[in-house]
Amino acid sequence: MNNPSVDTHPLSDEVGQEPLLAVDNLHVEFVTRQGLVKAVNGVSYTVNAGESLAVLGESGSGKSVTAQAIMGILDMPPARIPKGEIRFRGTDMLKLSDQARSQIRGQRIAMIFQDALSALNPVFTVGWQISEMFRVHRGMSKRDGMKKAVELMDRVRIPAARQRVNDYPHQFSGGMRQRIMIAMSIALDPEVLIADEPTTALDVTVQAQIMELLAELQRESNMGLILITHDLGVVADVADKIAVMYGGRIVENAPVHDLYKNPGHPYSKGLLDSIPRVDQKGQELYAIKGLPPNLLDMPSGCAFHPRCPYGRPNCVTDVPPLYEISGTRGSACHYYREVLDGTIG
Amino acid sequence: MAPSAERILEVRDLVKHFPLSQGIILKRQIGAIKAVDGVSFDLHRGETLGVVGESGCGKSTLAKLLMALERPTSGEVKINGVDMAKAHGGELKRMRRNIQMVMQDPYTSLNPRMTVGDIVGEPFEIHSDVAPKGDRRRKVQELLEVVGLNPEHINRYPHQFSGGQRQRIGIARGLALQPEVIICDEPVSALDVSIQAQVMNLLERLQNEFNLAYIFIAHDLSVVRHISDRVAVMYLGKIVELGKDVAIYEQPAHPYTQALLSAVPVPDPEGREQRERIILQGDPPSPADPPSGCRFRTRCWKAQDICAQQEPPLEIRAGGHLSACHFAEEHDVIHAVTEA
Repeated sequence: MNNPSVDTHPLSDEVGQEPLLAVDNLHVEFVTRQGLVKAVNGVSYTVNAGESLAVLGESGSGKSVTAQAIMGILDMPPARIPKGEIRFRGTDMLKLSDQARSQIRGQRIAMIFQDALSALNPVFTVGWQISEMFRVHRGMSKRDGMKKAVELMDRVRIPAARQRVNDYPHQFSGGMRQRIMIAMSIALDPEVLIADEPTTALDVTVQAQIMELLAELQRESNMGLILITHDLGVVADVADKIAVMYGGRIVENAPVHDLYKNPGHPYSKGLLDSIPRVDQKGQELYAIKGLPPNLLDMPSGCAFHPRCPYGRPNCVTDVPPLYEISGTRGSACHYYREVLDGTIG
Repeated sequence: MAPSAERILEVRDLVKHFPLSQGIILKRQIGAIKAVDGVSFDLHRGETLGVVGESGCGKSTLAKLLMALERPTSGEVKINGVDMAKAHGGELKRMRRNIQMVMQDPYTSLNPRMTVGDIVGEPFEIHSDVAPKGDRRRKVQELLEVVGLNPEHINRYPHQFSGGQRQRIGIARGLALQPEVIICDEPVSALDVSIQAQVMNLLERLQNEFNLAYIFIAHDLSVVRHISDRVAVMYLGKIVELGKDVAIYEQPAHPYTQALLSAVPVPDPEGREQRERIILQGDPPSPADPPSGCRFRTRCWKAQDICAQQEPPLEIRAGGHLSACHFAEEHDVIHAVTEA
């Protein structure tokens, strides 16, 4: 059994236990006509069985690109991975052949996408698309595959699954489509499930249903879950630990309770402060000034320094490493101690 | 500035049905999508009315009706006491000037082939009495400055701006004709979290500066609470609960409002295991064939026989504000915890 307290620090190998999935110092670049876009600059995180990791960040922070690199669905070129490792049960997947990789993809690591309508094929029935998993990976017959599809649709609680298995994606509502996506992703009992903004396109009441379903499926099969989101509320509801990304780096990682109680990086602090709270009604909201960085033209030093209320001269020149705050916590801020104590600003 | 008692917008029994037809040559009407089905409310000068509800509840159709982009099937929308449905020609044009809109998606609501100056100045083309031709460029630059953009960027194109800046352009366009009412249809939901607060602050500042009244349509309940004086909760084309923000958020009486509030993830992991959660089953029914009686009864845990027979009117019930439930009962879901 994996120990859930194994930290997210890259040195966790020394603890002697290899986590289920470990991303280690991953770099991803895109070659574009405008220049080299460094989307991911040295990201490390780990997920253990039964654990939920939330990756929080804005658009362009590199959270989805990291997930696509884990799945091996980046288009290369234009993307390339100059450095880093993605270890699944100790094996670096980046060194595997395409064939060995596709044995893992979909079967042992699966992914749910944000927009279920565009992720599903509109010209095939949902039953056909779910059963494809069994036909391709398990060599089942069409009939057996369809039977399995009905079972899965029942498992993700689609009402009247037997009647609806031959319907097309457009005949389902947004929430039901997302359930079909989830059915496809859990079809082969994956060990790691990556959910990329699974509820962003959905209404709140449906979002609550989907998050509950995901949590339940995770409990049943002890999956590791990577939840990619920009919603601080969803993170607080489901995650065990959190990695906050900004400009292609992790700026803070922490157990979820610690981060919400006392953020250790000015960016996480700013995000939490800008949530409208009841007692602030009518007052001006705290707003992080400025704009997210342009990946083609990253600021020198700490990528957050042009927007940081605490910026000091060395923030402009020195890139902060991910300082270790405790065994399970890190912050990429030169002044994390002062941020934690509230003695800066 | 506090909202005044002067009613700027009066909406009474507003109905919009979109016909569903069948057949190619001989079109027969086989039914109707009841997008908005009997909505009444007032909006006062300088006030913000938040409108929340799930997709398909009729929020956006309501916005279009208020903008006179759709003609209502029945009911009336009065601006400063004049019914918009009865106005035509020049009169309608003058009324439209008074009510403007900020759209959700700043990426698609700005024409990529027009400069910012043309986009913000376009309303002056239609309402040329507001700004004479020679004066327009200066007016547009003033507007850009008001929304916090650099007036020198007047000749740039939308793609040269970030999402938050584009939303500011959309707001400047909404302000151009000095309206009294602005309808904000999900104005921050397409923006990054760190940018949302900037745009919210801008909207509040403009409201105070120009004494604007807002209809603020959004699905993010914490954002709605922050900006609204009163909140209307919509479900399947009807308002199910309407009241002051404190009443709606702390003493919600309608089961749907309670479910909606409890479904919103709270950005605080403390005590998450104990938090009470009402998880509704299923999806909202189709507005083409809404349930009889109370429209929420198919997903409601309190439903009884009477709910299928009698439609509960929107009247003052538990909590001292308007709600439309036979079994309305105050229940503070935000602070409630399950006894475990």
